[in-house]
Amino acid sequence: MNFTLHIWRQKSPTDAGRTVTYDARDISPDMSFLEMLDVVNAELIEKGQEPIAFDSDCREGICGSCCLMINGIPHGPERGVATCQTYMRVFRDGQEIYIEPWRARAFPLLRDLIVDRGAFDRIVQAGGYVSVNTGGAQDGNCLPVAKTDAERAMDAAACIGCGACVAACKNASAMLFTAAKVSHLALLPQGQPERRQRVRNMVEQMDREGFGTCTNYYECEAACPKEISVQFIAQLNREYLAGCLEGDGEK
Amino acid sequence: MKLDSQIPSGPMAEKWDRHRFEMKLVNPANKRKFRILVVGTGLAGGSAAATLAELGYNVDCFCFQDSPRRAHSIAAQGGINSAKNYQNDGDSIRRLFYDTVKGGDFRSREANVYRLSQVSVNIIDQCVAQGVPFAREYGGQLFNRSFGGAQVSRTFYCRGQTGQQLLLGAYQAMSRQIHTGRIQMHPRTEMLDLVVVDGRARGIVVRDLVSGQIQSYSGDAVVLATGGYSPVFYLSTNAKGCNVTATFRAYKRGAAFANPCYTQIHPTCIPVTGDHQSKLTLMSESLRNDGRIWVPKDGGDRRAPGQIPEAQRDYYLERKYPSFGNLAPRDIASRAAKEVCDEGRGVGDGGRGVYLDFADSIRRLGEHTIRERYGELFPMYQRITGEDGIQQPMRIYPAPHYTMGGLWVDYNLMSTVPGLFVVGEANFSDHGANRLGASALMQGLADGYFILPYTLSNYLAANKQTPAPVDGADFQRCEADVHARVNRLLSIKGKRSAQAIHRQAGKLMWDQCGMARSEQSLKKALNEIPAIREEFWKNVSVTGGNGELNQALEYAGRVADFLEFAELLCHDALDRDESCGAHFRIEHQMPDGEAKRNDEQYSYVSAWEYAGDDQAPILHKEPLVFEEVHPSVRSYK
Repeated sequence: MNFTLHIWRQKSPTDAGRTVTYDARDISPDMSFLEMLDVVNAELIEKGQEPIAFDSDCREGICGSCCLMINGIPHGPERGVATCQTYMRVFRDGQEIYIEPWRARAFPLLRDLIVDRGAFDRIVQAGGYVSVNTGGAQDGNCLPVAKTDAERAMDAAACIGCGACVAACKNASAMLFTAAKVSHLALLPQGQPERRQRVRNMVEQMDREGFGTCTNYYECEAACPKEISVQFIAQLNREYLAGCLEGDGEK
Repeated sequence: MKLDSQIPSGPMAEKWDRHRFEMKLVNPANKRKFRILVVGTGLAGGSAAATLAELGYNVDCFCFQDSPRRAHSIAAQGGINSAKNYQNDGDSIRRLFYDTVKGGDFRSREANVYRLSQVSVNIIDQCVAQGVPFAREYGGQLFNRSFGGAQVSRTFYCRGQTGQQLLLGAYQAMSRQIHTGRIQMHPRTEMLDLVVVDGRARGIVVRDLVSGQIQSYSGDAVVLATGGYSPVFYLSTNAKGCNVTATFRAYKRGAAFANPCYTQIHPTCIPVTGDHQSKLTLMSESLRNDGRIWVPKDGGDRRAPGQIPEAQRDYYLERKYPSFGNLAPRDIASRAAKEVCDEGRGVGDGGRGVYLDFADSIRRLGEHTIRERYGELFPMYQRITGEDGIQQPMRIYPAPHYTMGGLWVDYNLMSTVPGLFVVGEANFSDHGANRLGASALMQGLADGYFILPYTLSNYLAANKQTPAPVDGADFQRCEADVHARVNRLLSIKGKRSAQAIHRQAGKLMWDQCGMARSEQSLKKALNEIPAIREEFWKNVSVTGGNGELNQALEYAGRVADFLEFAELLCHDALDRDESCGAHFRIEHQMPDGEAKRNDEQYSYVSAWEYAGDDQAPILHKEPLVFEEVHPSVRSYK
């Protein structure tokens, strides 16, 4: 297969940046999207030109590193996959493909297709955990968790923190990401003691980072490689309301 | 170099308790005066950094990824073992210990393994307390399943994403400490050298992967949690970024490298499709619980799997190993797959594959149960291959997956360089010549949550140190070395990409030093590696400059280290003139093709000392003593 690629190149955060066109020749339909870019990069390197910078690591859809906007869709045309799990067989031979970085004020661009998603880490640092020190935990079976609750918590906890939800949203909102972590912990008994202040702290940090607000377009759910449901955003809103109405520790 | 394993005396079951009591403590008020450098944020590094910070130490933590949540522990699918015996099926600390020593083919240290089994029960409690959403029974209790090589159900899991959920637990614990300021997190920062001052590890030299700035960090101890080295074979199930650089740099600064030839091949990976392939994808071997492995009885049988009647199928694992069947340990299952493919009975394009068939389990349990049990795995297989693993059998083939070898450490997890601690896959200590399924997550978290925090405190309390400023001579010398190396890579301006050279070297390693090795193949590899290395340093193309985000430069540096390390691996494989666990020398096998150990001569840990760039490494031997488990022929029949 052959493709024409239009790729965003930007040498540094202060560089203006522009779209550059490349040919990808003799691509196997069994290649992943990133392997196709590897081929293009190897050719560039062998010609002494600088390769296209993009993040990737596990290449099996779980680490959340890869983050390409492919023809305007985060992670490409297939639902429920990360960029690394997008295979070239889903494109037409000869197709033109536009490849851009995530665009959001809270994700400053570092180079080419690489952005800084440190804002997500800071949202978790603001409260996305159970404050328990190592040692002294009771026996795991002393805390029964209904199977349905555990499953639902797992649905939320499956988030890989890639940022596709932000990239897909016209408001660049991080509600789905924040909702996933808040809901995961709110659904489990372990998360109860800090439930109220956790949601307040995480939402405040989310706002400080410059993410937009949610206006219920649900593009985030459609783009999420783990297909995390927007129902968790509804849960986040309920949690936040309760967190604001109730003081710390009071019921 | 002297190897002192520091194993405490006394009965096996009391060693760790006694040692914990005998170790020195650091006064709570003094802990904040110490600074620990932790490199790597997988399960071992993340849990160590969080726990050390909770205790009150200042921690500087480094990872090359953009966030500490992305380390490759995240990709572990199947589960984590623990001797909880929740299923009342006869499990115990002693049984997990026994299984691990036996599974490691009697090449691990008994005392370390016993301790690992002991703390395995604490790990589950800790992770539950953090909110890790483990699978549950309807009554709310934790659910378990059995896993490769075990006859009891002791594996805890979170769908097919156990590594991810455990890592997020550790990451969240770290995040809490980053918020308090106890942990200074340095993402997108790669360690390029270890700084040894007056014989002690006192710092590291790193490159900021965004700005390219090379700088030093000083501390009272250094913890390496930098994972394994499977990408020495180029194609492996590891992440693209996994590399040997941190541990290999430490080796060059005096840390012994132990058992590098123990590399595990995972039996259930998706077969290779072509030269373009950048990595291989593993599917949890928990699939072997419900899948039956077979190939056609006759070579050249090209019929679709559904067209081949039962009588013409060879369920070779069930046939050869009736009591373990499809759950035979990884090395045995992998070699058996290679064997049937070598006989020309492999399936799929290229004939390097075997079937993993769920038809019987679907008939017994229903499609819904099977799909629920394996969550992501069926969709993943379909996405990659374009085939539905429910409608027709999956095709699988072994791939490099985990490395049991690593930096040599004593019972305290300290390397031969005082003050340099090594945890998780990066060390060598617990898995011997072969790791059992669901034991990597257990070891990483055991080291980080429950072992290192004690032993590191003991080291700090027992050794008074003066500050080691980063403008000191040793730091400056290391920084200059790193600068010189980076500049050298940038100045070659050759014609080939680092990836092309890495692929070439990896193929050589896989063919000559992979699933099966011989004196002849190893000598061939040792003969050819220097030429590839020479080609690299003459003809690699590293574009761009140092003072910027430069992925070509990062990758070339890692490949350069793999090209040196590959030789060390082959030296070790050549020295170990026996078969054991994952190390299979074709000269040493039983009449039925099983690995044949030689306990008389090879019951030791090989610890290699760096002797200089043009010198052969020096072998030191730590004899292995078995007091509890008598080495027997490992039989899974």
